[in-house]
Amino acid sequence: MAGNVPEYSVSEISGAIRRTLEGNFGRVRVRGEITEFKRYPSGHLYFSLKDEGGKIAGVVWRGSVSRLGLAPENGLEIIATGKVSSYGERSSYQLIVERMEYAGEGALLARIERLRLKLAAEGLFDAARKRALPFLPDVIGIVTSAQGAVLHDIRTTVARRFPRRLLVWPVAVQGEGAAGQVAAAIAGFDAIDGRGAVPRPDVLIVARGGGSLEDLMAFNDEAVLRAVDACRIPLISAVGHETDTTLIDFVSDRRAPTPTAAAEMAVPARAELVADLAHRAARLTSGLARLTQTARLRLDRTAARMPDLPSLLATARMRVDDRGERLDRALPGLIERRRAALLATGRMMPSPLLLTGPGRARLDLVASHLLSGLRQALRDRRARTDRARLSPAPLAAMVRERRAHLNGLAGRLESLSPMAVLERGYVLVRDPSGVAVTRAADVRPGSRLELTFADGVTEVRAVRADSSQGQLDL
Amino acid sequence: MTEDLSQLSFEDALAQLEDIVRKLEGGQLRLQDAIASYERGAALRRHCESKLNEADARVQAIIQRADGALETKSMD
Repeated sequence: MAGNVPEYSVSEISGAIRRTLEGNFGRVRVRGEITEFKRYPSGHLYFSLKDEGGKIAGVVWRGSVSRLGLAPENGLEIIATGKVSSYGERSSYQLIVERMEYAGEGALLARIERLRLKLAAEGLFDAARKRALPFLPDVIGIVTSAQGAVLHDIRTTVARRFPRRLLVWPVAVQGEGAAGQVAAAIAGFDAIDGRGAVPRPDVLIVARGGGSLEDLMAFNDEAVLRAVDACRIPLISAVGHETDTTLIDFVSDRRAPTPTAAAEMAVPARAELVADLAHRAARLTSGLARLTQTARLRLDRTAARMPDLPSLLATARMRVDDRGERLDRALPGLIERRRAALLATGRMMPSPLLLTGPGRARLDLVASHLLSGLRQALRDRRARTDRARLSPAPLAAMVRERRAHLNGLAGRLESLSPMAVLERGYVLVRDPSGVAVTRAADVRPGSRLELTFADGVTEVRAVRADSSQGQLDL
Repeated sequence: MTEDLSQLSFEDALAQLEDIVRKLEGGQLRLQDAIASYERGAALRRHCESKLNEADARVQAIIQRADGALETKSMD
């Protein structure tokens, strides 16, 4: 069965296939869409290229990545340059890629559009995120190529309008690594705090001259766009010519059509400012002058309306003098007038005689009536007295009769006198208080008694008393 | 007048100056205020002029050292 069919070992056939592949194809350019893209820790990139009908595995060795020409990603339509080779251990063949290009403008634009939509959805292009440019920056940071017309245009424009301090951060603006350098420069400017030797810029210009779409791709790079978005310094983008629009123009704070225009945005024209300031200064001075003039005018006008103080004083003084004089004259005049009035009134007063006359006449009349009445009464009494004339005889007879009666009573009184009884030998006994003691029972032993005899009185003391028989101790 | 003008940006100083000019021209200020405003306006004007005069045209390139620190080199 073996016949003349050659026999290979596995290694031999693998090596033969490999030689055939490498020999027949040599360097190839393959167009396709990147898929299954994977970056390995080793630094190699693995992916597949596909189109409608097929798929081929590809790899970029670590050493080729930096010169690749673009950052591969899934969905990217590219033209890969490299060679076909096989991997004998796994019985697979693959494309060893050294360069990648975008597969035509359409693919490139589609990729840019995808990124634009993504960042727009994130809000990176929102008008609210735009920062206002400073009116007059002290330091302008410029991210561009150190060579070329762009930097020259910016420098001359700034020097012409308003010389300012320029800080240039030189970067590659196209080709491999450009995007990374631009992004690092923007972030680097933003990281300057101004406390060191390098001043912090007040505004940034990211600029590049015109070029093909591919040349401008660094300014469509997501890393650059995010660096612009994160930058806290107001940033002006000026990439390409007027008609070119790169995504950095969407995310920057201001978009300038050219680098020159960016410089004009960054600084005001000094000559205009000087003229404007002079104009304002003139207005300032004339404004104050007019104000003081107006104030002076008002002062003068008001002063003119102020009364003349000396003449006012003189008038007042005259009035005081006048009133003073009249005052001096007033009191004597008043007294005089009052005196005259008093006299006039006095003259009009009626005489007192006139007032008392009628009363007096009536008084006289009554007095005369009284006198005559009294006389009449006296006369009447005398007549009545005369009519009742008294006789002493009846009175004497009455006296005699009363005396005889008295004598009779005296004799009877004499006969009844205790003295007559005492003459007959009886004694009147009385206690010291003069009360008659008529009973022996009333005499207490030792008590003093007064005995009245016809010819006199003697005092005795009772020795004993007995109701039945009294005993007197003389 | 106690405010430190040196910290004031040209733009703010100019805006304040314009405001003072307008008020003075309006003539509604009291005289005392007008004079104070004028003095402030004059100071603002001097400040603006000095800002306009400090026109420094140095151009320097940033150089990043190996340790990451920045320094500048004149490009003239």
